[in-house]
Amino acid sequence: MAAIEVRQVSKHFGALQALVGIDLEIDEGEFFGLLGPNGAGKTTLISILAGLARASTGSVRIMGHDVALDYRGARRSLGVVPQELVFDPFFTVRETLRIQSGYFGLRANDRWIDEVMASLDLTGKADVNMRALSGGMKRRVLVAQALVHKPPVIVLDEPTAGVDVELRQGLWQFIQRLNRDGHTIVLTTHYLEEAESMCARIAMLKQGRVVALDSTTNLVRRLHSLHLRLRLRSGEWPAELQAVDSGDARVVRLQDYGEVESVMAALRAAGCEIEDMELQQPDLEDVFLEIMRRE
Amino acid sequence: MTGFPTLLHKEVLRFWKVVFQTVLAPVLTALLYLLIFGQVMDRHVRVYEAVSYTAFLVPGLVMMSVLQNAFANSSSSLIQSKMTGNLVFVLLPPISYLEFFAAYVLAAVTRGLVVGAGVLLVTLPFVELSMREPLWILLFALASSAILGALGMVAAIVADKIDQVQAFQNFLIMPLTFLSGVFYSVHSLPAFWQGISHFNPVFYMIDGFRHGFFGVSDVDPGMSFAVVAGCLIAVSALALALLKSGYKLRY
Repeated sequence: MAAIEVRQVSKHFGALQALVGIDLEIDEGEFFGLLGPNGAGKTTLISILAGLARASTGSVRIMGHDVALDYRGARRSLGVVPQELVFDPFFTVRETLRIQSGYFGLRANDRWIDEVMASLDLTGKADVNMRALSGGMKRRVLVAQALVHKPPVIVLDEPTAGVDVELRQGLWQFIQRLNRDGHTIVLTTHYLEEAESMCARIAMLKQGRVVALDSTTNLVRRLHSLHLRLRLRSGEWPAELQAVDSGDARVVRLQDYGEVESVMAALRAAGCEIEDMELQQPDLEDVFLEIMRRE
Repeated sequence: MTGFPTLLHKEVLRFWKVVFQTVLAPVLTALLYLLIFGQVMDRHVRVYEAVSYTAFLVPGLVMMSVLQNAFANSSSSLIQSKMTGNLVFVLLPPISYLEFFAAYVLAAVTRGLVVGAGVLLVTLPFVELSMREPLWILLFALASSAILGALGMVAAIVADKIDQVQAFQNFLIMPLTFLSGVFYSVHSLPAFWQGISHFNPVFYMIDGFRHGFFGVSDVDPGMSFAVVAGCLIAVSALALALLKSGYKLRY
């Protein structure tokens, strides 16, 4: 059974087409990334998974529960960390987590609440009012709130936006642990390095459509060009050698390592002397930019 | 177990944590009304034989406080959650729209009754009040506060900003309560305004509630209750329809 099954989901707000025929299947235990520029439809898609928005057409299942027809089953299976830093100023951290548990019908949940608070370094803040917490602490409480009912599927919408480096790393370690424990993780982020290092599979969205869906390794490999960055000490750049300017250097695009040799030969023939040379591997950011440009 | 008991508990906790502002302040306001109006008018106005003006005033003030606070509770809670975004914590869990409705309305009823009881309690030293037909008192208090609680939800769902809810309160709820016979019997009005008053549902809430205390009223309490019950059904149906459709809550 798929943890998340999205079938032909479209969503429009009046004339604006936010999502167009999205098909997506995320398996149990996956660490899945949802990438795309602002306005690509990531948050809309997450909102539909969470029941915060309703698809105009199509269907979504979480652990086999249809989000519209069996919303109770679907919502019990899903924990969502919203993008906005929201909180209820009337309550302390512990009260917030107890109330959130109660919403899921869980009354005596203190042991698990204590465990989650300990994992997120919140124990010392248990009796502090939400208003008095720093932004990073509020973010942790949001994560804790998403976990009170031990959902098998966890969705994090830009969990590290505006979060300092230390907390970011702590948060990722915790999320990776959850994934190792069998939770399915779906995350959106603007930090492509994070997505590359954490997500095994990635979908890229652009203007409401899935424009790429593959394992992270394949996606990076797909952009097989290498970048050879050169700075000359002397000599005229040979006209037949195609390159783009990049600061005081020029960048030549190669299909494989073998082509380095012919570039060197061309430069030698033109009597150029090399001052600095660097061979750059593509990363997810290049893939992302390439795909966004092309589609 | 569902999320309903927790949502109700949280909604009650929310106003109880700021009891000074949500309960004591309206009780004080009602007491001021009583002292000022009672003092000035008591010797000049007599609505029913055997009932002093100050005594006549008390049930009206109690009901007015019940209504305004029931409305204020559900509307301010919901619009604040909507505006700050923390409503998401209630929208994500498996809570049905019926449970959602019931929790907000019952919390509004609770706040209304707590404030109403407070007003009654502080005014008792000033008047001799009978409670001839307590069942009517209870029925009108419950049904009327539920109406205003549901209406508060409707206002907060429809509104996009907090000041729109306040406008609803200032331009609809306040005139309706002040012109409903809290401070006078509609029989003392000219025929035209008397006729108009009979289109104001709040008039029936207050008149029926008052009947429970004195055993006399402008309209038969059974008739008043029929109007109030009809309003409760209509406003609840509207609120439930909005919640079910997800209007302005689930996009």
